[in-house]
Amino acid sequence: MLDTSIDRAARATPPAVARRIRGLSDRAIAWIFVAPSIFLLLAVNIFPLIWTIRLSFTNFRVNRPNAEVEFVGLKNYISVLTNGDIWLTMQATAHFLIATLVLQVLIGFSLAYLINKKFRGNDLWTTIIVLPMMLSPAVVGNFWTFLYQPQIGLFNYAVGFLTGTDPSSFSMIGDASLAPWAIVIVDTWMWTPFVMLICLAGLRSIPNSIYEAAECDRASKWRQFWTITIPMVLPFLMLAILFRGIENFKMFDLVVQLTGGGPGSITELTSINLKREAFEKWRTGYASAYAVILFVTVFGLASIYVKALNKVKQR
Amino acid sequence: MSMRKLKSVLAAGALTGILACGAATSAQAEDLTLCWAAWDPANALVSLSKDYEAKSGNKMHFEFVPWPNFADRMLNELNSGGKLCDLMIGDSQWIGGAAENKLYIKLNDFFDKEGIKMSDFIPATVTGYSEWPKGSPNYWALPAFGDVVGWSYRKDWFSRPELKAEFKTKYGRDLAVPKTFAELKDIAAFFQGRKIDGKTVYGAAIYTERGSEGITMGAMDVLYSFGFEYDNPKKPYELEGFVNSAKSVKGLEFYKQLYDCCVPPGSSDAYMSQNIDAYKSGQVALQMNFAFTWPGINADPNIGGEKSGYFPNPAGPDGKQFAQLGGQGISVVAASTKQKAALEYIKWFAQPEVQAKWWQMGGYSALRAVVEDPGFAKSQPYAQTFLDSMAIVKDFWAEPAYASLLQASQKRFHNYVVAGNGTAKEALDGLVSDWKDIFEDEGKY
Repeated sequence: MLDTSIDRAARATPPAVARRIRGLSDRAIAWIFVAPSIFLLLAVNIFPLIWTIRLSFTNFRVNRPNAEVEFVGLKNYISVLTNGDIWLTMQATAHFLIATLVLQVLIGFSLAYLINKKFRGNDLWTTIIVLPMMLSPAVVGNFWTFLYQPQIGLFNYAVGFLTGTDPSSFSMIGDASLAPWAIVIVDTWMWTPFVMLICLAGLRSIPNSIYEAAECDRASKWRQFWTITIPMVLPFLMLAILFRGIENFKMFDLVVQLTGGGPGSITELTSINLKREAFEKWRTGYASAYAVILFVTVFGLASIYVKALNKVKQR
Repeated sequence: MSMRKLKSVLAAGALTGILACGAATSAQAEDLTLCWAAWDPANALVSLSKDYEAKSGNKMHFEFVPWPNFADRMLNELNSGGKLCDLMIGDSQWIGGAAENKLYIKLNDFFDKEGIKMSDFIPATVTGYSEWPKGSPNYWALPAFGDVVGWSYRKDWFSRPELKAEFKTKYGRDLAVPKTFAELKDIAAFFQGRKIDGKTVYGAAIYTERGSEGITMGAMDVLYSFGFEYDNPKKPYELEGFVNSAKSVKGLEFYKQLYDCCVPPGSSDAYMSQNIDAYKSGQVALQMNFAFTWPGINADPNIGGEKSGYFPNPAGPDGKQFAQLGGQGISVVAASTKQKAALEYIKWFAQPEVQAKWWQMGGYSALRAVVEDPGFAKSQPYAQTFLDSMAIVKDFWAEPAYASLLQASQKRFHNYVVAGNGTAKEALDGLVSDWKDIFEDEGKY
C-alpha cells in the first residue's frame, strides 16, 4: 500500500485529548482552558460593575468606614443629573470631543492620503509621524506645559515669531479662552497619527483595479476621490472616530497634567470631575451613580454608532 | 570563691547578660514605616531618625509622596485600613476625619503616662495639628513640624540706590519691607517687568494652583487680614455675612489684583515648588511661600545669605494681621500592628534635645523650649519671622468633610482669580452656597 502524505498526516495527528483524559469531553476541556479568562473577566470587570451599581443606591463614603450605610434609592442619580456643575463638565467634554475628532479626522486622513502616495522617504516619514502616539500621555502633558510656558516655551515663541506678538503676552494654559484649545492641540498632536494609520490601512485596502476602471471611464481624480476613495475608506474612518471618541470621552491624564482642569473649571472634563468626587471628596455612592450614568451614556452612544458603522460596511 | 571561679561566674554572667539583651533587642526590634510628604524637611527627618535607630534598635523606613499627590495617596492608605504606615505626619486638615473615623489613635493616655505636656508646644500648633474637636483637650497627634505662609524678598534689589530713589519718587516712601498688603502690591507693581542686570523680572510669586489646595492657601492667607471669617464666632457653621462679608470681598478682589498686575507670565497654576523656582531663578522680587522654603533659600548660592530677607504677612486695611497655618503633627496609625514601637518613636521625638537638633537640621520645631530659647531668634536669618508668623496663624477647616470644602474653594477662587469669571462677591456667595450644602450633608444644620 502506498504511504500517502494524507496517511502520514493522519498518523501524526494526536487522538482527541478527551480520549486520553478519561471521563472528560472535549467541551469540558475547552471550558477548563477558558475558565481562567472568564473568571478574570468576572473578577475585574463584571463584579466591580455590579458592585458600583449597588453602591450607587447608597450613601456610602469610603473614608467613613464606621458610618452606617443607608439605601437612598435614586437620590444620587437625581443629584448628579440636576447638578449644574456636572452639566458644565459635560459641555466641556463635548466641546473637547467634537474639536479633537474633527481635527484628527481631517488631519489624519490628509496625512494618510499623502503618505499613501509613493515617494522617497515614505517609511521614514510614517515613522516620524507616528512617534507622538508612542509616548506616555503623562509625559506628553508634562512637556507640553513647558512648550506652552510664556517665557521659555517653544510654542509661544513660534506663535510670537509668526505673528509678531510678544510670546510672554499670552498663556495658553492660563487663559480661560485659550486653555480649551491648548488641550485640543496637544491631543490632536498626539493622536492624529492613530487616525492616520487606520485611514492608511483603509486606503491601502482599495484595489488598484477600481481606480483603473474609473480611469478607463474617464472619471476625473476629483470624482474618483468622492466616489471611490471616500466611500471605501469610510468604515475605517468611522472605526477611528469610535476609538478616539471613546478614548476622549474618558480623557484624564493628559488634561490633568496640562491644566489640572483649570483655569477655574474651564477644562474640567467629566473624568476629572468624577475623580474629584470619588477620590478627593470621597462621596463614593454619589460618584458610583455618576460613573454608572457615564457608562450608560458611552455604552449607549457607542452601540448606536456601531450599528451605523455596520450599515455603512454592508453598503 | 577562687579568682578563677569568680572569673568564670562573671564571664558566664556577662555572656548570659549579652544573650539576654540580644534576645530582648531582637524581640522588641521593629521595622517602622513613617509616611510624610516628599520635601526637604522629610530628608532632614531621615537624618535625625538615625539617632533613634541607634538608640532603640528599631529600623526606620520612610514613605514620602510629593505634595500634589500626598493627600490622595495617604488618605487612600488610611481609609482602606492599609498597614503601610505606622506613623503618619498628616496634614492639619485631616485631623477631624482621622479622629472621627478612628484612623489615628488617641494620644491622651500616652501623653499623660510619658509626661508629654501639650502646654510645652506652641499653642497654635496644638490647636492646628493635634486637637479634635478644636479647642478640646483631645489629642490625636504631636506637633511635628510648625509651618506658616510668609514672604521672602530680594534684599539686594531693595538696597540698590537707584531703585530706592526711583521708588521714593514714585510712592513717596522708602523701598522697604511692606507693613500692609497695599504696600506689598505697590512693591510688586514697581518690580513688574523691570530690567535688573539685563534680565526682565517680575513682582511676586503667589499661590494659584488649581488641583490640590494652592489657590485656597494663597487667597486665605490674604483674606484673613482683610477680615474674612470662616463662620460666626458665636454660632458655628453660620457662614452668611462672614465668608462673603464686604471685607472678604475686598480681600479676594485684592488677591485678583495682585495676580493680574504682578505675577510672572504663566503663573496660572503655581504652588510651592513653582514659587521656589521663580524665586531661585531670580525672576521675582517677592515670594509667597511656606516657611519650610526659607532654609533652602538661605543656603542658595545665588539668592541666599544676605541677598534675601523674610517677613511675615503684612496687615490688611484695618490693621489686622493673620497668616495661613501650614505644618503637620505626627500620629500613630490605628491600623498599624506596631503601635507600641510607633509610640516609642513619638516619645523619643518629643524630647527637648531631639527637638533642638530637629531645628538645627532644618525642621521647624513646635516645642516652646526650642523656639523660646533666647538664642533662637538670632539662630537663623528667618527665625524671627517664623516666630512672628506663628503668632498670627489661622487655619482652614479641619472638619471630616474638609476635602469637599477645599475643592469648593479651589474651584470658586480659581474661577474668579485666574479664569476671571464673575465678581469676587459672586465667587464668595457661591462658596457660601457650596459650603452650606456640604455642612447640610454633614448634618450640621
